Amino acid sequence: MSPYYYLVLSAALFTIGAVGVLVRRNAIVVFMCVELMLNAVNLTLVTFSRINGSLDGQIMAFFVMTVAAAEVVVGLAIITSIFRTRRSASVDDANLLKY
Amino acid sequence: MHEVLLAAGPLRHGTVPLGEAIAFWVLGPIALAGAIGMVLLRNAVHSALSLVATMGCLGAFYLIQQGPFLGLVQIIVYTGAIMILFLFVLMIVGRDASDSLVETLRGQRWAAALLGVGFALLVAIGIGRAVSPVTPTDLNSPNAGGNNVHSIAALLFTRYLFAFELTSALLIVAAVGAMVLAHVEREGPRPSQKRLARERIRSGRPQPLPGPGVLSQHNAIGTPALLPDGSVARESVMVGSMESQEERQALPTPSAGEGGFE
Amino acid sequence: MITAHGIQSYAWLLVAIPAASALILLTLGRAADKWGHLLGALVPVGLFVYAVFLFFSVKGQSNRKVDLHMFSWIPVARFRVDAGLLLDPLALVFVLLITGVGSLIHIYAVGYMAHDPGRRRFFGYFNLFVAAMLLLVLADNYLAVYVGWEGVGLASYLLIGYYYTRPSAATAGNKAFFANRVGDVGLSIAIMLMFAYFGTTSFAGVFGHFGHGGNATTGVATAIALMLLLGACGKSGQFPLQTWLPDAMEGPTPVSALIHAATMVTAGVYLIARSAPVFDATSAARTVVTIVGAITLLYGCINGAGQDDLKRVLANSTVSQIGYMFLAVGLGPGVYAIGIVHLLGHGFFKAALFLSAGSVMHAMNDRIDMRRFGGLWRVMPITFFVFVCGYLAIIGFPFATGFWTKDKIIEAAFDKGGTSGYLLGIIALVGAGLTAFYMTRALVMTFLGKRRWEPDVHPHECGPVMWLPMAVLAVLSLVGGWLLIFGGGVQEWLTPSVGPSVEAGVHTVSKPVLTAITLVVVALGIAGAWVAFGTRTIPEEQPQNVTVVTRASRRNLYADAFNEAVLMRPGQWFSRALVFFDNRGVDGVVNGLSASFGGGSSRFRRLQSGFVRSYALSMLGGTVAVIAVLLAVRFQ
Repeated sequence: MSPYYYLVLSAALFTIGAVGVLVRRNAIVVFMCVELMLNAVNLTLVTFSRINGSLDGQIMAFFVMTVAAAEVVVGLAIITSIFRTRRSASVDDANLLKY
Repeated sequence: MHEVLLAAGPLRHGTVPLGEAIAFWVLGPIALAGAIGMVLLRNAVHSALSLVATMGCLGAFYLIQQGPFLGLVQIIVYTGAIMILFLFVLMIVGRDASDSLVETLRGQRWAAALLGVGFALLVAIGIGRAVSPVTPTDLNSPNAGGNNVHSIAALLFTRYLFAFELTSALLIVAAVGAMVLAHVEREGPRPSQKRLARERIRSGRPQPLPGPGVLSQHNAIGTPALLPDGSVARESVMVGSMESQEERQALPTPSAGEGGFE
Repeated sequence: MITAHGIQSYAWLLVAIPAASALILLTLGRAADKWGHLLGALVPVGLFVYAVFLFFSVKGQSNRKVDLHMFSWIPVARFRVDAGLLLDPLALVFVLLITGVGSLIHIYAVGYMAHDPGRRRFFGYFNLFVAAMLLLVLADNYLAVYVGWEGVGLASYLLIGYYYTRPSAATAGNKAFFANRVGDVGLSIAIMLMFAYFGTTSFAGVFGHFGHGGNATTGVATAIALMLLLGACGKSGQFPLQTWLPDAMEGPTPVSALIHAATMVTAGVYLIARSAPVFDATSAARTVVTIVGAITLLYGCINGAGQDDLKRVLANSTVSQIGYMFLAVGLGPGVYAIGIVHLLGHGFFKAALFLSAGSVMHAMNDRIDMRRFGGLWRVMPITFFVFVCGYLAIIGFPFATGFWTKDKIIEAAFDKGGTSGYLLGIIALVGAGLTAFYMTRALVMTFLGKRRWEPDVHPHECGPVMWLPMAVLAVLSLVGGWLLIFGGGVQEWLTPSVGPSVEAGVHTVSKPVLTAITLVVVALGIAGAWVAFGTRTIPEEQPQNVTVVTRASRRNLYADAFNEAVLMRPGQWFSRALVFFDNRGVDGVVNGLSASFGGGSSRFRRLQSGFVRSYALSMLGGTVAVIAVLLAVRFQ
C-alpha cells in the first residue's frame, strides 16, 4: 500500500466537510465541518511530509492546529453572542446583511 | 517512541509496512464513517461525537506516519480541548442543538452534492496525476537525531521562530477577543442579597425553580421538567428559550419522541 | 514717435473718467437717480475740453505721433502686450468727434429722456460707450482695440435693448449682437494671424513688417486685411452684415444718433484707415473693400427709399454713407483721408438729422410713421430748420458739408481709372441721386404737405436743452464740410497716420464737369421725389399695389429673408436635429445603459441573499473552477 491512499482519504474527508458546511444549518455543526476540513488538510500535510522526507509539513500542520484553535475560540464566542441576542444558532436566521 | 507504535515503520520501496496498511484499512473507514455521520446526524451532540471519532483516527494516522508529536497534539488539543469546547457551547445553546431536515434554500443540497463530487473527482485526478511519478522517501533521517519531538523543536525554534511567535500573538488576541465577545456588561448596580431575597419573597414563588429534566425522559438543559400530573413546567428552562418556544408552537408532550421537543 | 509729456500724459483719463462714471451710475442704483443724468452729461463735456487742449498740444509739435505707455499688460515670454495709448492725428480726430458730438447728444438726451424712469441707467450705458469708444480709437495695439471694440458692442447691445420690455427691442439687440459677433470673429482671427506671423499686436510692430523693408508676403497681408474687413463690416453695418443696423433704431433716438450714426458704426472705417499699411500692401483686399462699399451704398439708398419709418430711413442712409466711406478707404493710399473727412462731416449732419427726428418723435408721442406726419414745419420750426440743414448736407447741396466731402469721394472713384474706376464712380453718382431722392421723400413726408396726424397728438417744439445741441449740429452740417476740406487742412493733418493725401494729377473727369454732373443727378433725385410725393396726396396707409422695386425696398431687399432662409432656418433645423439626436440618441443610449444596468443589478442583487450557505456554495463553485483550470493547464 502506498502512502497516497492517505491523500485520497484526506480528499474524501475534505469534500465531506465542505458539503457539510453547505447543507447543515446549525452554526456549531458548520463549525465542526470547517474543523474537519482543516483536519483533512493536516492529514495531507503530514503525508506529504513523510513522502518528501522533510519535517516542514508537520510543522505546518502544527501551525494549522494553532490557527484552528484560535478560530474555534473566536467563532464559538461569536455564536454564543449571536445566540444570546437572537435565540437561534441557525446560520440561515442571521441573514440581515443582504440586498 | 517508535517502540510504542507498532504499526509505524519506515517505507520499503515506496510502500508502507503491513501493520500500517492494516491500521489504515481499519481506521480509514472509521474516519470516513465519522465524517459522514457528522454531516448526516440531526443532533448536534451526535455530530460532535462522530467528529471526535474521526479526529481520533486522524491522530492515529499521524502517529503511524512517523509524526508522534503531532499525533499526540491532535488527540490532546482537538479531541481533548476543542471538541470539549464545542460540546460546552452546544450545551449552552442547548435546545437548538438539532436541525430540522427540511432544506430551506432551493437547490442547495443538489448543488452541494454536485460540487462536492466534482471537487473530490478533480482533487483525486490531481493527486493521481501529480504524485504518481514520485517515489516516496521516509522521515527516518529527519527523525534520526534523537527523536521526532527534538527535530520538530529544533525547526520550530530556529527556522520557524518568527511564525511561532506570531501564533502566540494570535492566540492571545483570540483569547481576548473571545472574552470581549462573550462578555455581557452588567446594567445597573449589582443587586444586594437583601434585595434579591425581598424580590424572591414578593414574587410569590419563594421556592427554587424546578430543574430541567425533572421527571422527564431526558435531563438535557433544553428539556423542560414535568410536573407530577405530567404537564410541562415552564419555569424549568431558560426564560428566553421558553419565549421563543411560545412563538413557534405549544410544547409537545415529552413522549413525542427522542428528538426532544423540536 | 515721441513719448507723451505734459498734458498728454493724462490722456488715460479719457478712458478712465467715463468708465468710472459709468461704474458709479450703474452701481449706485436709485441713489443716483436725481443727479445721474447731470454727471453723465458733464463727463463728455469735460472730456471734450481736455481733448481740445490735447489736440493743440499735439498740433504744436513737429512730430505728431505721441506714444503714452501705461503698463505692461500681458508679459508672457516672447509675447508682450503693453497697454498704451497712441495720440496721433487719426486718434485725435476721432477723440474730438466722439467727445464733441457726444457732448451735444448727451445734453440733448438730458431733455429727451427727461420722462424716462431709467434715465440714470441710460446715461450709465452711454458713458460706458464713450469709455469703450475712446479706448478703441486711442489704443496703440490691436488687442486693446479689440477690448474697446467689444466694449462698444456691449454698450450698443445694452442701448438697443434699452426698452427691454418690448420684444422688438430685445430681438433687435440680439440681432445686432449676433451680426457683430460674426464680425468680431473676423477681427480676432486677424489679431491671431498677426500674432502668428509677427509675434506682436502693436500697431508699430505690425506695420513694421509692411511697406519698405517689410517681410510680410502679400498673402499674409491679404488674409489679415480681409479678416479686418470682416470685423469692420460687422461693426459698421456693411454688406453682408448690414441688416442689424436699421433694426438697431429700436433704441432711444440719442443712441441712434451717437452710436448708430455718428461714432460707433464708423469704427469699421477707423479700423481700415488705421490699418492703412496693411491695406496698402494688398490691392486685392482694397478691391474687396471698394466692392463692399459700393454694394452697401446702393443697398442703403434703395432701402431708404422704401421705408415709412423716419428713423429707418436715416439708418439706411447711414448704411449707405458708410458705404461711401468704405469706398473711399478702399481706394487706397491718398484717399484714406477723404474717407475720414466724410466720416467727420457725416458725424455732424447725421447727428443733426437723428436729433431732429428724435425731436419729431418726442412731439408725436413716440410715433415714427412718416405717413402720419406731414405739415410739421409750422409747429416745429427749429426742428424743421435743423432737419433741412442736415438734409442739405447729406444730399450735397452746394457749399453744405456733403458737397465738399461726398463729391471728393465720387471724384476719387472716377480717378481710380480704368473700367472699375468708371463703375465705382457711376455707382457713387447714382447713390448721390438716390440719396437726394429718399431724403427729399423723408423731408416732404415729415414736414411738408398736409397734416395726417393721428387725432390724439399735439405736436410742439422741444425745449432749449434739446434744440440748442441740434442748432450747433445744424450749423456744423452747413459749414463743417467747408471747414474740414478748406485748404486740405484735415488731410494734411492726417498725413502722419494714413499717409499723404494724393490727388490724381489728371482727373478722369475734370472737377467742374464732375461737380456739374453730380448736381444734375442730385437735382433729378429731388425732382423725382417731389413729383412722386410732393405733388400728390400721401396715403395714410401703405399702398399695396406698388412696383417690384418698392416692395423689395420695403423688405430690405430681402436681406433679412435671405439671412433667415440661408442661415437661420438651416441653423434651426440643425439645432432641432441635434436636440432630437440628443434626446433620442445620446439620452437613449445613456438611459438605456442605465436602465439595463439598473434592471440587471436589481436582478443580480437577489444573489446577495444574506444566507451564508449560499455564499459558501459559490465559494466552493469557484474553488472547483480554479482547480479545474489549474489541472487543465498543468495536464493538458
